[in-house]
Amino acid sequence: MKENKSKLRGLFTFKRKDLCIPYAVFLVLFIIIPILIIVAYAFMDADGHFSFDALVSFFATPNKTNVLITSVFIAIQTTLLCLLIGYPLAYFLADKKVNKNAVLVTLFIAPMWINFVMRTWATRDLLYMLGIDGGTHPYLATSIGMVQNYLPFVILPLYTTMLKLDKSQIEAAADLGANPVQVFFKNIVPQSIPGIAAAATMTFMPTMSSYVISDVLSEYKITLFGNYIHLDFSSSLWNDGAFMAVIMLILVGLTMLISSRFEKKTEVRGGQLW
Amino acid sequence: MVKKILGQCYIWLIMIFMYAPVMLLVIFSFTNSKIIGANQWNGFTFQLYADLWHEEELLRALGNTIIIAICAAVVSTVLGTMGAIGAFYSRRKMRKTIDSVTQIPIANAEIVMALSLTLLFVFVGQKIIGHDILGFWTLLIGHTVLAVPFVYTSVKPKLEQMDQSLYEAAIDLGCTPRQALNKVIIPEVMPGIMSGFFLSITLSLDDVVITEFTRGPGLLSEPGSIETLSTYIQSVIKRSAIPPAARALVSLIFLSVVIGVAVVTIVKSNKASKLVARKGHFHG
Repeated sequence: MKENKSKLRGLFTFKRKDLCIPYAVFLVLFIIIPILIIVAYAFMDADGHFSFDALVSFFATPNKTNVLITSVFIAIQTTLLCLLIGYPLAYFLADKKVNKNAVLVTLFIAPMWINFVMRTWATRDLLYMLGIDGGTHPYLATSIGMVQNYLPFVILPLYTTMLKLDKSQIEAAADLGANPVQVFFKNIVPQSIPGIAAAATMTFMPTMSSYVISDVLSEYKITLFGNYIHLDFSSSLWNDGAFMAVIMLILVGLTMLISSRFEKKTEVRGGQLW
Repeated sequence: MVKKILGQCYIWLIMIFMYAPVMLLVIFSFTNSKIIGANQWNGFTFQLYADLWHEEELLRALGNTIIIAICAAVVSTVLGTMGAIGAFYSRRKMRKTIDSVTQIPIANAEIVMALSLTLLFVFVGQKIIGHDILGFWTLLIGHTVLAVPFVYTSVKPKLEQMDQSLYEAAIDLGCTPRQALNKVIIPEVMPGIMSGFFLSITLSLDDVVITEFTRGPGLLSEPGSIETLSTYIQSVIKRSAIPPAARALVSLIFLSVVIGVAVVTIVKSNKASKLVARKGHFHG
């Protein structure tokens, strides 16, 4: 009897590791199971039987494959442009000689606190005023909007990496006779590869999957992968939508794989915003 | 010297590029023209700010947005913090598993998460419960999925940096494990919890994809589908008739962001100067 009681108490005593049970349950219910469901739906027909209909319809419809190619292209373009603009910016922001003011960094992140759709709307109105409206320049308008929206995502990880640059290495390179250009390309860039990888992953997938920017700025002239999934969702074509989502999952897996090769143990992604 | 000027010019150039659209809306919030354009200026007036209080749909959307952001942030913060602490003290294998599953939503495309959740909710609603379950609760789950990994990843490094013997010391000094958790671990990781909380609010306020997929009737939009600022503006943008008063709202949001940045900066510099003062005191 006594033994039983202590066993019972043992069951209810508080253990630190038990705290993760609700979190683990949440992860299983709302992250793992939904992904399994998506994979299941991708290989089912509307009646719930196993089929390759969605797969066949995807690859047999040139429109859909074209959308995939366009989306990958725009995503790569946006990522490269953001890196090209954001890299020097992060470099200057982290350089004490150029910028002593930490507030400036916050100001570059601050647009993220204004609602995303409102920001896109503002961009549309400004571009319209400048004569770059969706009716005449849908591609240019979308590209500008994408860069403007995803730039903060690039600045943040790049800036944190720049702060951690090993200054003595850079000085050593200069002392050993490297000119500033060589120092930049042979030392600073290789040192900041983890930040570049994190920045690229943080822009690439969101650009592919966002449909709001292209909807608003190209006035529905440009269809991205996200638009298509959204369209299938609005017309309750679950299976076709799910198949495209699976393709995206594969792309996500690939980008994760590629970026994990570059990322060191340093935590540059997320969590460092504040 | 050249580098300094060049660098500063570049910084401000990009700053202008980032802020120009919002500034345009702010400027045009002080005139009552229907649309924004080079020759649309109708003279200076605060009329839009007065009109704002009559835009019921817009205000309802704002209300919904705030309610959801706070609820989602509270739920995510509690769940994520518990998860991070629990996982940190779990066996290695468990910890690694939870760590990597947490990375999935961070890396995943938002639309894939949104669709997967909707499929789950529709499936459960139609096949198991027998009626549609999309509504406030599903929306809350959606926003929690979005935010909770970021709480986890902001609390985790604080646990790693913590002095591990503090907890043991508290136990040795007579604390129960629960007390030690509340009095030692939680205060130690508080900065991580706070940043997780604010990050959750940001993500929730900004979200449109997950909201659009997982929402249903409820909250202030009852009996209609829940409209947040994102979904509301998106739906009126399609009809290309955004009420001009929305510009006043954007300006007010922008103003609160600026105030927020200012407050954070002042608090931070105060803390820093206090720290310097204290250190100086020690050395003196």
